[in-house]
Amino acid sequence: MSLTVSNLQCTRGDRQLFSGLNLQLNPKQLLFLEGQNGSGKTTLIRTLCSLFIADKGEILWQGQPIKEHLEAYHRALFYLGHLNAIKGDLTTLENLRFNHTMSEQQSSDDELLDALERIGLFGYEDFPTRQLSQGQKRRVALARLLVNKSPLWILDEPFVALDIAAVELLQHIISQHIETGGMAILTTHQAVPLTKGKIQHLNLDDYAAESGMESYV
Amino acid sequence: MSVSWFKYAAPMNFYPLAGKLIPVFWILAIGLTGFGLYWGFFQTPDVLSDQKQYYRIIFVHVAVSWMAMWLYGMMVFWGLVGLVFNTRLSFMMAQATSITGALMAFVALVSGAVWGKVSWGTWWDWDPRLTMMLILMFLYIGYIALHSAIDNSRRADQASAVLSLVGLAVVPIIYYSVNCPNPNECNSLHQESSFKGVESNILLGMLVTALGFWMYSFATILMRVRTIILERDINTKWVSKL
Amino acid sequence: MFNTFWMILKRDLKLALRRRSEVFTVLFFFIIVVSLFPLGVGFNEAMLQQIAPGVAWIAALLSSMLALERLFANDYVDGTLEQMLLTPQPLSMLVLAKMTAHWLLTGLPLILVAPVVGILYHLAPQTVITLMFMLLLGTPILSMIGAIGAALTLGLRGGGVLISLLILPLYIPVLIYGSSAITESTLQSGNIEPHIMLLSAFLLLSLIFSPWATASALKISLE
Repeated sequence: MSLTVSNLQCTRGDRQLFSGLNLQLNPKQLLFLEGQNGSGKTTLIRTLCSLFIADKGEILWQGQPIKEHLEAYHRALFYLGHLNAIKGDLTTLENLRFNHTMSEQQSSDDELLDALERIGLFGYEDFPTRQLSQGQKRRVALARLLVNKSPLWILDEPFVALDIAAVELLQHIISQHIETGGMAILTTHQAVPLTKGKIQHLNLDDYAAESGMESYV
Repeated sequence: MSVSWFKYAAPMNFYPLAGKLIPVFWILAIGLTGFGLYWGFFQTPDVLSDQKQYYRIIFVHVAVSWMAMWLYGMMVFWGLVGLVFNTRLSFMMAQATSITGALMAFVALVSGAVWGKVSWGTWWDWDPRLTMMLILMFLYIGYIALHSAIDNSRRADQASAVLSLVGLAVVPIIYYSVNCPNPNECNSLHQESSFKGVESNILLGMLVTALGFWMYSFATILMRVRTIILERDINTKWVSKL
Repeated sequence: MFNTFWMILKRDLKLALRRRSEVFTVLFFFIIVVSLFPLGVGFNEAMLQQIAPGVAWIAALLSSMLALERLFANDYVDGTLEQMLLTPQPLSMLVLAKMTAHWLLTGLPLILVAPVVGILYHLAPQTVITLMFMLLLGTPILSMIGAIGAALTLGLRGGGVLISLLILPLYIPVLIYGSSAITESTLQSGNIEPHIMLLSAFLLLSLIFSPWATASALKISLE
């Protein structure tokens, strides 16, 4: 099980963000994406999720190009972006259940309630999420991590809007995922301590396009 | 002789090629249109017994109406090529074609209205062909509006290509429904061929004019494509060298 | 796969039930448009009967436009749509579920209030039944073709007006056959079977192609 990216080049609008990007992610590995604002972190994340199409290069999951095996890739992938994907009019539990089942994962309501309790939303399961605070909404989205069995997690700024307790909890969740053989890609400035496994860093500034870009088809 | 066509799929290589082709198309456009209109205005007989000359507007009207339809097809074609091969230049061609196409549809409507005024005494009649031309213009306007509403050029290109394809799929249904609003009355709908009964002399004038308008369209489309290429590639090395 | 279809359908209906005002907005828009026409053109009974089919259909087209803007917009803003694209299910199935929910919430209510049009325009009961039947055939087409436009204009400034520009011309066949069938049914020798066949064919075609076109449009818009 591995994610391989070779010679990736992405252009957003008419601006080339990065080119010649390679990376390799194996189980028990955690990758931090770094780079200044506008270096294309979010675009790279979305490209790795198959939401954005690169100009050049290949993304392989288990040696297969993801664009030809989207279904299998999506089954292995958990993605959380800046948006929480929760509905204010649904309750906390309904939101978790819908998002979780949509990604073809099966968990009983007890397991889901347990996850909500662990993430610190005990007693809120029947609240419409529009009544929750920003940090609590983020927790509803992150609760999926506790019941999710996908090997590859791609999280864009997961620590934003969380308080100290939640940050610690999330660090713990991620490191546990890595230590049990999972892999994860994060964009964040928050360190995640690991007892087992390996940490990689990839700085997008190293792949930034030069002042003038090459012409392409 | 082997020509690498894909070489010219790159905007950088196409830009100078288009620059060389534009004058050729302009010369052909002026020559052919001039000849077609001369033939139509002076070398064809008066088909109307009362010596009325207004019918000669058809040499312009028919040619622009054809162009409006053909250019829609060409716009869809370029959009489709772009979606399949993911080539930026095809989308730029589609975008450039849409403007000329909308212009042709507009001129077709105006010349149709003028003709209608002198022959039927009314600027507008809900004649199926005029109605179709109006709808075609709406489709062009929709395409242009969608393209210009989207800031991200790749999304704009792809979204409007999908829209033009959907339009192409629905056009036959619209055509049928406009021609035959009551299916009970046209179970045996035969759209009579437009060429039947047209004197070959007149047909020649129309065809040559249409050919001239094709050349005009190529010339303007290429000119527009060159502008679009420069706009899109403003950050590239080759443009800064120009 | 059908599991997901039901899940999305149920969720969208549940959301609409918790925010009922949106359904009623569209419904009352339809009723208001329909009742404004007589105020503008006069109350002559014969004339009202004559324009009723066209008015009812144009009001239906406009209400469907009004509702389209929200078809994907909420899911887009809160990130749900992005997650839907990343599920292992075929996107066209999810899209079909959303279209179905949209029709149940905005198309079906119009059919149910169609008798009001009958009362306002002095239509015979038989004509009202034809109107309801034609709306039943035609409004799903509106939802499905409209979904393509909604997907293409997702998140754009002034998206609502833009959708009308893109989609209203494509509604023309529905407008023509939907209203001519009703006019035809008031004639003694009227035969609306061909109209029904034509609209059904259009419905079938949109059922096959529009989920697919909408799915590709969504992918483009979310890139």
